[in-house]
Amino acid sequence: MRPVGVAGLGLLGAVVFVAAFGPVLWGDQATVVDTGNLLAGPSAQHWIGTDNLGRDLFARVLVAARLSILLALAATAISLVLGIVLGAAPVLVGRRTGRFITSAVNVLVAFPGLLLVLFFAVVFGVGARGAALAVGLAGAPAFARLCHTLVAAVSERDYIAAARIAGVSRIRILLRHVLPNIAEPLVVNATMAAGGVLLTFAGLSFLGLGVQAPDYDWGKLMQDGLNGIYVHPLAALGPGIAVVLAGLAFNLTGEAFAAAPGRVRPLGPARGPSVRTAPVPGAVLSVDDLRVTMPGPVHAVRGVTFTVGEGEAVGLVGESGSGKSVTALAVAGLLEPPVRVEANHLVVAGEEDHRRLGTSLAVVFQDPMTSFNPAHRVGPQLAEVSRFHQGMSRRTAFARAVDRLRAVRIREPERRARQYPFEFSGGMRQRAMIGMGLMGNPRLIVADEPTTALDVTVQRQVLELLAEVRRETGAALLLISHDVSVVTDVCDRVLVMYAGRVVEELPAGDLRARARHPYTRALVAAVPDLETDLDRPLAVIPGLPVDPMSAPAGCAFAPRCPLADDHCRAVAPPLLAGVACHKTAEVRV
Amino acid sequence: MSVLSFHEVSVRYGAHTVLNGVSLEVPAGRTVGLVGESGCGKSTLARAAVGLAPVTGGHILLDGRPVPNRGRRPVQMVFQDPYSSLDPRMTVGESIAEALPERLPKKARQAEIARLLALVHLDAARAGDLPGRLSGGQRQRVALARALAARPEVILADEITSALDVSVQGAVLNLIRDMRRDLGLSMLFISHDLAVVRYVADHVAVLHDGEIVEQGPTARVLGDPRHDYTRHLLAAALPLKEQT
Ligand SMILES: Nc1ncnc2c1ncn2[C@@H]1O[C@H](COP(=O)(O)OP(=O)(O)O)[C@@H](O)[C@H]1O
Ligand code: SF4
Ligand SMILES: [Mg+2]
Repeated sequence: MRPVGVAGLGLLGAVVFVAAFGPVLWGDQATVVDTGNLLAGPSAQHWIGTDNLGRDLFARVLVAARLSILLALAATAISLVLGIVLGAAPVLVGRRTGRFITSAVNVLVAFPGLLLVLFFAVVFGVGARGAALAVGLAGAPAFARLCHTLVAAVSERDYIAAARIAGVSRIRILLRHVLPNIAEPLVVNATMAAGGVLLTFAGLSFLGLGVQAPDYDWGKLMQDGLNGIYVHPLAALGPGIAVVLAGLAFNLTGEAFAAAPGRVRPLGPARGPSVRTAPVPGAVLSVDDLRVTMPGPVHAVRGVTFTVGEGEAVGLVGESGSGKSVTALAVAGLLEPPVRVEANHLVVAGEEDHRRLGTSLAVVFQDPMTSFNPAHRVGPQLAEVSRFHQGMSRRTAFARAVDRLRAVRIREPERRARQYPFEFSGGMRQRAMIGMGLMGNPRLIVADEPTTALDVTVQRQVLELLAEVRRETGAALLLISHDVSVVTDVCDRVLVMYAGRVVEELPAGDLRARARHPYTRALVAAVPDLETDLDRPLAVIPGLPVDPMSAPAGCAFAPRCPLADDHCRAVAPPLLAGVACHKTAEVRV
Repeated sequence: MSVLSFHEVSVRYGAHTVLNGVSLEVPAGRTVGLVGESGCGKSTLARAAVGLAPVTGGHILLDGRPVPNRGRRPVQMVFQDPYSSLDPRMTVGESIAEALPERLPKKARQAEIARLLALVHLDAARAGDLPGRLSGGQRQRVALARALAARPEVILADEITSALDVSVQGAVLNLIRDMRRDLGLSMLFISHDLAVVRYVADHVAVLHDGEIVEQGPTARVLGDPRHDYTRHLLAAALPLKEQT
């Protein structure tokens, strides 16, 4: 946690301590009447002076902490509960009534907060209870809006729909599914809001609308001290400082929670300097013994060696979690600490530099929606690449963006370039993404599951586009997919990954009928096509993929392999002549 | 065993017509495949049957009576995204227990959860796990177990394998076929993958722009497509290299 957070927590601890034990520790001192010292200034005996009965003000400030904090918390709780009820209205009372409530809340949020507080304070009458209700009610709309946003996000999750279909009541859905999943941001916000409420409350008491004598909170003490402000400023400033400190305590703590990153165990330093090797000549991409480790530690890639030749299309297949995407990200230089990337060499188009993206390298990701910034128009986003990497002017870069959109067969590119990503269909966004890759003159295109999120017909178009781009630009392609048929369609050569290693490397044409590794064969057999025998169950790979936290010592596929023996379990097979298996001889082709 | 039938069902959101007079029958104990590209209204049709989408015209009947829209639904649905279909803060057992039609004593409940997990080929020990510890395929199987927990007559499976790896997809598809055989469930199986639909469905209906353009026995529709759009879908499912 950052120092600010530590300070906030420390401060909050002190405030809570004073609120809890203040009246016990200083209660007597705060009520002792010292008739010889009425309205006295600061002295060694009374640090910030005394009030009109000669009572010690410092003690009174400490004692007032409890009431001030409790009232602030009570008001915050009222805001929070009301906010949850109003914000969750669409879940509780159905869409139509919910929409009405939401609009009402939006109107209320637009009112100045102070106005609401004063209005309610007058309605509920003078006094601590009235003030708590007033501040609580006035704070509710803001919480309601926050809740509404959070609830709306959670409500779209399928598990909420599943619970409804299962007949779970609305209240139970709210309590069991919605609230637990929005609790975190809500608590953070409530903590921060409590600081503000404290201030508002002090204001009300100061105005005489809040706590009434003989009770006193910080606001009341400030009011009492106001009369003598020119003579003994500390009498009014003392409780004011207390308000500020307590408010800060809440705010800083809330901020600290909000900013706290997910807890991760950092990785130790890399194992010594590794061997440096020279790239394979003539290859666009040459990778030797790539190892990627995530905090955990998760050994996502455990020594991968391969090349992609000039203009070649290479496929990378394997189950999810096998390390395909991580390999792609490492190639693109997109992994940053705490992820650790090591290799004997990793060279793209002759460069080992990590800023290859946008010039000699283009990347297309699976989800075209997340690859674009939703807040910016498509054309300028493409143009950005050339302005950044090639130093083009805004106008030339935009013209090139339009030209590239045309190159990826987007109709009316001038108009489309001025649209936002959400105005594009999934297939069009993916085209635009490829277009973005073509802003430079890429020698290598890395495409990670570029068609997985698309329909078959659109999938087909995107794959054809990739093939066309390659024909026209001569760029090489590294195509990542879990779909064997996509890879066989498009690629010349295929690498099969399992548990962070390449287990087989073969010509794409051999994948269906001439694979030698048991895993590759199982993977191919598992895909139904339009000729699959309907009378037999589909081939499946028994068991589960390896947990990357604990990759076994021997062959990682052994627990699922029908041919595995003790030797397999003890000794990891090296990749020899394109296959990493001890028993290739036994696998009949 | 029950029949789920859609009669001239229309769904409109404002001025936008998503489904336009769709009629479709899921016969008792049969699996009907529904194919079409995304956005054509497949999910909306399923959601309408469980009250998650507003039916603006026509009606949806279960054995001739309106599908109950409150309490436990005899029609259950399994969703596409394995990462959104389970509450991340509830254990597998809790998620399944929530769908059980009656409150059972602890022992009986645990036995029932174990039985349901076994039905979807998961170990009973998984009941204590949070979804974060499960793979996508395992999550989909839990989602199926939850749907089965409600003792449904009909299951609507909305693209349940499209987010899964091929290796896992095979296991889920086998499971679907086993379930139909052993439990006699009627099922609407939605997918955009023709090979997958061909494998699990007896009948197939092709949805295009909110209307059913063709339906019939799977072998007939895929072997002898009569509508242009069906032919278009079939062409896209063939390997690229074989086409040219
Ligand atoms: N940010 C991350 N933190 C920790 N582990 C990660 C992270 N990203 C990926 N992993 C792990 O790395 C492994 C490989 O993931 P990935 O490359 O995405 O697989 P694939 O592309 O084959 O689907 C998986 O075990 C995954 O859980
Ligand atoms: S090395 Fe052994 S366990 Fe591994 S794939 Fe080959 S036969 Fe199977
Ligand atoms: Mg991936």
